Amino acid sequence: MSEQAPTALASDLRQDATGIPVLSGKGVTKVFESGGKKNVAVDHVDFEFRQGELVSIVGESGSGKTTLVKMLLGLTAISEGDIYYMGTKRDISTRGKKKEYWKGIQAIFQDPFSSYNIFHKIDAVLLDCLNMRGLGKLPKEKKLELITEACSFVNLKYAELTNKYPFELSGGQQQRLMIARIFLLKPRILLADEPTSMIDACSRATILDMLLNLRNETGMMIIFVTHDIGLAYYISDAIYIMERGKFVEHGKADQVILTPTADYTKRLVNDVPKIHQPWDFSVNFGK
Amino acid sequence: MKNTLKQVFGSGQFMMGFVIISLIVLTIIIYPLFNPGNPLERIGIGTFFKPGTYVSAFDTVNARQFYTLNLPDAEAKRVGSKLSPDDRVSMMEWLVAAGVSEEDIDIEDTDSFVQLWWDTYDPNVRFDSMTTAFRKKIGRIDVALEGILEDMDVIIAKEGEDGSLAQSSVVAGSDYVNVADVANVRFLPLGTDNFGRDVLKEMISACRTSLLIGLLAGAIATLIGLTLGLLSGYIGGIVDDIIMFVTNLFTVIPGFVLLILISFSIGQEQRGAPVVAIVIGLTSWVWTTRSVRAQVVSLRNRDHVNLSKLSGHSLLRILATDILPYIASYVIMAFILQVCSGILAEAQLSMLGLGPKTTEIPTLGLMMYWAMAYTAHLGGAWWAYFPVVILIALISFSLNLMNTGLDQVFNPQLRD
Repeated sequence: MSEQAPTALASDLRQDATGIPVLSGKGVTKVFESGGKKNVAVDHVDFEFRQGELVSIVGESGSGKTTLVKMLLGLTAISEGDIYYMGTKRDISTRGKKKEYWKGIQAIFQDPFSSYNIFHKIDAVLLDCLNMRGLGKLPKEKKLELITEACSFVNLKYAELTNKYPFELSGGQQQRLMIARIFLLKPRILLADEPTSMIDACSRATILDMLLNLRNETGMMIIFVTHDIGLAYYISDAIYIMERGKFVEHGKADQVILTPTADYTKRLVNDVPKIHQPWDFSVNFGK
Repeated sequence: MKNTLKQVFGSGQFMMGFVIISLIVLTIIIYPLFNPGNPLERIGIGTFFKPGTYVSAFDTVNARQFYTLNLPDAEAKRVGSKLSPDDRVSMMEWLVAAGVSEEDIDIEDTDSFVQLWWDTYDPNVRFDSMTTAFRKKIGRIDVALEGILEDMDVIIAKEGEDGSLAQSSVVAGSDYVNVADVANVRFLPLGTDNFGRDVLKEMISACRTSLLIGLLAGAIATLIGLTLGLLSGYIGGIVDDIIMFVTNLFTVIPGFVLLILISFSIGQEQRGAPVVAIVIGLTSWVWTTRSVRAQVVSLRNRDHVNLSKLSGHSLLRILATDILPYIASYVIMAFILQVCSGILAEAQLSMLGLGPKTTEIPTLGLMMYWAMAYTAHLGGAWWAYFPVVILIALISFSLNLMNTGLDQVFNPQLRD
C-alpha cells in the first residue's frame, strides 16, 4: 500500500461528492468576547461534508480555521448556528453523548510535540483508543495484536515503541503514531488540522500518503485544514476557502483552483511558488 | 522523574535549604531521645536563669572526696567574680578623686586593680564632691574585699537533735571537688524561661509543634487553593466566575485581620494547635487559587488536553493526569511557601496572645510571647527569645531557599 506513489493515489481517489452528508453546518459562528470587545473568529459559515470525501479548508493564519475545527470537534462552544451530524442536529450536552460523538469524529493536531501528555507512555495512548472503542475487555494478546497492526500500518514497530515516551520519537514518528491512533479508533470523520506543517518535507509526503491510505482502507471522511493551497489541490475532492471567518469560495478542487471567482482565492493561487506550478499542472493534465 | 530529582538536588540553593531544614527536623526527632521528659516541666523556681552548667551546691559540699589544689590565680579569680562591674566603676571614681591618673587604672586586670586599691584607699579621707551614700558604698565594697581576701574556711554545721549546731566538716579555700563526683549537675545551654523551664528543651518541642502547624496549615491552604484553582481554571464559565468572586472577596479582606478575628471569636479554650493551624490554612488559600487558576487556564487549551478529551476521559481524570502533573512543580513550590507563611502566621498570632492554648503546648510564637510578657528583652535575658527568633528565621530562610532553588530548576527563564 504505502509503496504506491502518492500522486497515483491522489488522482485515483478523486471522487464525485455524491455520498450522504455526514457533517454539515448552518450559520456556524464563534464570537470571542473579552473586555467588551467582540472578535468574530468564525462568521456564519455554511458547509456540507459528504461520506468518503476529502475536503480541504484553506486559509491564511488567523482566518478562523482552527476555531472552526474546535467547534466541529465539540471542544469549543458554538456562539450561533447549528451543526448536523449524520443528518440530525448534533447533541453533545452530556459526557456520554460527547463520548459517543467522539467515537465518530477524531482529530490530528498541528504540533505533534505538544499533542501528547509527556507523562504517559506510548502504550497508554494506544490502549486508550481500544478502551474508547469499547475493546477494553479484550485479552491482552488480542489488544497487542491490534496495536501492533496499527503501528505497522504507519511503518512503526510496536516492539521498539513499547515502554517509551512520545517525546523520545521524532516529529514525523509522533505524527505517524497519531495516525496509528486514528487507525485504531476508525472514526467516521477525521479532522486533520495542518498535520504536516511542523514536519520536514520528507516526512510530509509519508504522512499524506498514510492519511490517504487510511481513507482508502476505512472509507472515512477527512477534513484537511491547511494554509497550503497547492497541497490542498493535490489531495482534495472539495475545497473551502476561508477568509476572516467566512467561506469566500467553495466547490470541487478543480473548479476552485482553476477557475477561482473570489479575489482572495486568486491571490492565494497566485502566491503559490512558481517552481511548483508545472508540477501541479502536470498532475492536473495527467488526469 | 529520576532526572528531575537529580536536577532538583543538583541545585545548590535547594540543597542548602534542604540540609538546614533536615538538620532541624533531625534535631527535633533525636533530641527528645537523649533528653526525654516533659518539655514544659518547671525546673527552676524563679525567672530567666542564665545559660550555663548548674552544679548542686548540696551535692558539692557532701561530695565523697575533696581534693586540695593550690592554684596561684585562685584568689584573684575569687575576688574578680565578687567584684561586679558596677563596684569596679565606683572604686575607680574614688581613685580618680584621690588623685590617681585615669590612665594608670585598668579595671579589667583584677590583680593590679585590687593592689592599687589596697595601696591608695583610706577610709578616713573625705572628698567634698562625694555624697555620704557613695562614701558608705565604697566602705562596704572595701569591707567585702577584705572578707574575701581573709583566708577563712567555710564551716559546715548540722543541726543536732537538741537544736544546737555542731560542726560536721570544714571546706577550705583550696578544696576542690571533681564534677564527676557531684551527683546532680544540670547543663542548661539556653538557661530557663520565665516559668523556670529549660529553654532549649522547650524550644525543640516548640519547633516540632510549629512545623506541624505550618505543615497542616500549608496542606489545607494548598488543597483548597489547588482544588478551587483547578476547577475554576479548567471548567471556566459560571463556575470560574463564582470561584473567582469568592477568591477576590478574600483577596480584598486582609488575611491577617481575618485570622485575628476568627482566632479571637473561637476563644481561648478551643484554641489548640490543630485549630490554629486549620484557621491559618482556611485564611491563606487565596493566592494559591489565583496562581493555580492562571496556570490551568493556559494549559486547558493545549493539544494534549484536547486529545485526552477526544479519548473520552472524564473531567477528574483529565485534571489528575493531564493538568496536575504539568503544574506539580508549581504546586510544590506554593506548598513550601504556604508552610513557611503558616509558621510565621502562628508566631504573629501568638505574639498577639491569640495563639494556641498557652498551658499545654509550646510553640515558637508562644515562647516569644511569654518572653515579651515577662520583659526578657528589657532584663537582658536574651536566651529566652533570641534563639527562638534565630530558629524561626532559619526555618523561613531554608524553606525560601528550597523554593528559589526549585524555581530555578523548573522555570526555564531563570536557568543559566
